[in-house]
Amino acid sequence: MKNLTTTLAGSLIAFAASLSAAQAEKLTFYCSAQEDWCQLMARSFEDATGIDVNMTRKSSGETFAQIRAESSNPKGDVWWGGTGDPHLQAAEEGLTMEYVSPMRDQLHDWAISQAESAGNKTIGIYSGALGYGYNSDLLAANSLPEPACWKDLLKPEYKGHVQMANPNSSGTAYTTLASMVQIFGEDDGFKFMKGLHSNINQYTKSGSAPIKAAGRGENTIGIVFMHDAVKQAVSGFPVKVVAPCEGTGYEIGSMSIIDGARNEEEAKKFYDWALSPEAQNLALEVNAFQVPSNKNAETSESAPDMSQIKLIDYDFKKYGSSDERKRLLQKWDEEVSVLPQ
Amino acid sequence: MTDTTIKATHPVLIFWIIAGWVGFCLLPWFMVEDGIWSFVWLVDGYPFDEDHAPAAFLIGQGEKLWLAPLLVPLALPLLILGKPKSDPQYARILILAGALGFGWLITQGFSIGIRGFNFDWMKALFGEPKIRQFGMGYGAMICATAFLFLLTQGIAARGSINGDVFVVSAIGGVITIVTVFVFFPIAKMLFAAFVTEDGAYSVSVFASKFFDDRLWGLGCFAGAKCGAAWNSLFLAVLVGFITTVLGLCFALVVTRSGFRFKRGMRALTVLPIITPPFVIGLALILLFGLSGSVTRFVAEIFGVQPTRWLYGMPGVLIAQTLAFTPIAFLVLIGVVEGVSPSMEEAAQTLRANRWQTFKTVSLPLMRPGLANAFLLGFIESMADFGNPLVLGGNFDVLSTEIFFAIVGAQYDQGRAAVLAMVLLFFTLSAFYAQRAWLGKKSYTTVSGKGDAGVHPLMPRGLAIPVLGIAVAWAVFTAVVYGMIIYGSIVELWGVDNSLTFKHYVTAFSVRFEEEGIRWTGAAWDSFWTTITIAGIAAPLTAAVGLVTAYLLTRQSFAGKNAFEFGTMLSFAIPGTVIGVSYILAFNVPPIEITGTGVILVVSFIFRNMPVGVRAGIASMSQLDKSLDESSLTLGANSWQTFRRVILPLLRPAILAALVYSFVRAMTAISAVIFLVSAEYDMATSYIIGRVENNDYGLAIAYSTTLIFVMLAAVGMLQILVGRVQIGRRTQLGAEKTT
Repeated sequence: MKNLTTTLAGSLIAFAASLSAAQAEKLTFYCSAQEDWCQLMARSFEDATGIDVNMTRKSSGETFAQIRAESSNPKGDVWWGGTGDPHLQAAEEGLTMEYVSPMRDQLHDWAISQAESAGNKTIGIYSGALGYGYNSDLLAANSLPEPACWKDLLKPEYKGHVQMANPNSSGTAYTTLASMVQIFGEDDGFKFMKGLHSNINQYTKSGSAPIKAAGRGENTIGIVFMHDAVKQAVSGFPVKVVAPCEGTGYEIGSMSIIDGARNEEEAKKFYDWALSPEAQNLALEVNAFQVPSNKNAETSESAPDMSQIKLIDYDFKKYGSSDERKRLLQKWDEEVSVLPQ
Repeated sequence: MTDTTIKATHPVLIFWIIAGWVGFCLLPWFMVEDGIWSFVWLVDGYPFDEDHAPAAFLIGQGEKLWLAPLLVPLALPLLILGKPKSDPQYARILILAGALGFGWLITQGFSIGIRGFNFDWMKALFGEPKIRQFGMGYGAMICATAFLFLLTQGIAARGSINGDVFVVSAIGGVITIVTVFVFFPIAKMLFAAFVTEDGAYSVSVFASKFFDDRLWGLGCFAGAKCGAAWNSLFLAVLVGFITTVLGLCFALVVTRSGFRFKRGMRALTVLPIITPPFVIGLALILLFGLSGSVTRFVAEIFGVQPTRWLYGMPGVLIAQTLAFTPIAFLVLIGVVEGVSPSMEEAAQTLRANRWQTFKTVSLPLMRPGLANAFLLGFIESMADFGNPLVLGGNFDVLSTEIFFAIVGAQYDQGRAAVLAMVLLFFTLSAFYAQRAWLGKKSYTTVSGKGDAGVHPLMPRGLAIPVLGIAVAWAVFTAVVYGMIIYGSIVELWGVDNSLTFKHYVTAFSVRFEEEGIRWTGAAWDSFWTTITIAGIAAPLTAAVGLVTAYLLTRQSFAGKNAFEFGTMLSFAIPGTVIGVSYILAFNVPPIEITGTGVILVVSFIFRNMPVGVRAGIASMSQLDKSLDESSLTLGANSWQTFRRVILPLLRPAILAALVYSFVRAMTAISAVIFLVSAEYDMATSYIIGRVENNDYGLAIAYSTTLIFVMLAAVGMLQILVGRVQIGRRTQLGAEKTT
């Protein structure tokens, strides 16, 4: 009997030792990019460092809400991906932590200016420019001219051929609205949205849905981020990508460390790693064609060449603030969405 | 303890007293962060570390002192060890201990959350000390269960329901879990509709969200869009009506015509059960979308300009009609068969012709069935999530609006709650109408008396259009399902139509290595999760359902009607509403289970419980009560009777409930999509993700695989149940002859 007890105790201790060894380092990783990219980032970081990663994928709006709800008892460590606005908002509310990475001198200017505007509480990891894509087969079948500018989309022959997301439910579409206001001025920007409204066949819920529908041949022109359009073209769908001639707005995908993170050291390791060229090259494996923030990271040949695109000086501070956002959306709701099509 | 006390005290009571103490002194009181099946806590500072300490150790260290009062109700039952049941003290102390313990547990759980006191008046009263607690873990749960059953044993000892401990405990248990997992989340959701952005309560917030033009607008009469509420209502009425008409056509063809392929038509009834929710929508796009095969074909032949007519109301209507007609068929086939042939024969003897007989006798007798089918179609259409998601276009309905209020950039829980309330109002009204209207009138024409007539055939003028419609619709359904299979084996639909198995390979490839099989396919992860979760949920669903059915058919107690309504209610609650309310209710203490597998299991149990209840009621009412009585007279208690007499006779019902809840858990999407997490991804939400990624091939291949898996499950049920029933029939036959 005594023997049995000793054996049991011994094996328990061995079991315990193996358990505590296994749970040495861990990281809770909130991810707001596409699912397969998130998975790949988590697995690759585990392989690179041996740190256990517990990944949760949610949209950037949801993640922001979650971080705010958990603020007195933070459960997450690092938040990677998703459009910059909620990251800036989190920085403003003090939900994220200041950190200056040693990797910073390898980054593009836009990534650093994103960090500086938020007191180094966030940083740019990739960027993507707004534009549109069209299904070349359908365009030819309907003998429509090839569009090249934003204003082209207002032509009456495109009636029922254009699709964009609803700005109320999609960050992409809100970026579109804010970009038009910045390109054309508020009055003309809304005039543009009204003209576009009569050509729109559907306001989708999700931001990238219009170009996916175009890829399948269920829609002709979709207003989306260009990297989403490139993805369809690379997957074999007859999609052509357009960088509008008037210039265009863009998003900066961001990363932040959560203030009061339980695994702060691991979070910093992840942060530095995610800014390295090796980590940013992973994007190509999952067909994410955003422009990486590290100058030494590879860009795909199919990706839009950012130096050829006329980017506007997008005011993230103003158009990311929740008051301006509410005002523009309400104006769009009241003046644009109610018009007959 | 002496021998006499052990003899005198009921072992069940001792068990629950010990359980209470174990929960309090040995198990971690709070939720263990690493998951239910992880036992890391055993070596991580247990029992002193604050995160995994049992309550007793916490109090010993001067922490969480609000748990200390629980010691009183834990100690109280020790006083009555050795006392006989008949002692009035016995019942009184048990009730006191149970109620005190359970009540205090709940009160402290809701009062103190992650950020100290949850209520402003408590802060005002006690100040804001630095106290906090997380969700309840094993310790708290076991303690709560122990208190509950101490209470029910006390109530039983007072003589309620003949002092039957099993029955009282079962009633108490079912009421508690239904309250916790159905009523509590719904109530929580109702409150969320009144919360302002900074967390205060306000009626005006509710009003502004409720009287929103996006909900009740009537712009569609003026060329713009109508509100989601009207859209849902209008669509549901149409779907209810059309599915009822089509279902009636099928039922008439099968029972009252000489059509040769009746049996094939009966097979239709199994389709809605085994079809993942959005494959019909996908197949319709592949057929009738802007670049669909039929659209292209028609455009080429007639030179018409292809349009996007499918996206919006027409597409959703067609998809829902395809999906729900078999349900109406299933309901009506029983009704049409149930109309007594003798009545129809009587009419004909009185010289009515076939048409008059049908119009004045058969049809009126089918009326309740028609109403039932209509309401079912109405509820299903209201709750449907997959088809509007894929085909909705600019046609917003409540179920999808709820989803996008929560997952989109708006992230407005209050709006989701308001929308959910409106949806719930519609479905509950229909559910209530169904019960109030149909429950009371008796249209039964099947009685114990011999009724050996033969149903007359339909009048010719009716038979031809009915047969035409039924055959046309059956062919259409077959084409759509054929399309699903075809869609899974083409390279890239619409672009490259060469045949390939690559989608199956991507999804379900396996590699045989020395260490064994490696599941390399992309779909295996969610596939095994789905099978596991469905496999865990199915027996629990069946168990809860059957116990409830037993209480409803075999016992009578105060408040039985309310009890029945409460247990059947979750049938009328749309999945999206369940999803939203679970998120609101269970991501904060005291019950903190979002992001775990538990919440999926729990949601399936309560979504599918009414099915188990119905199956149980149906077969239990066929068992004569004298069986129970003889068992009880022979000295068995009600638990032994339930286990030894009723359960064995219920095998077919149990099997049916098992398979049905398993299959439903595999195809559920509306609630699931809110509750999945990276770790616990389900097949349906994985498929939706593929659809969103334009990966139709993989999505359809996965769906097709699911269809065949479920077909196998249902087929196995048919074989098993068929055999059991044959065994019983001869026995019953033998009984009848005596």
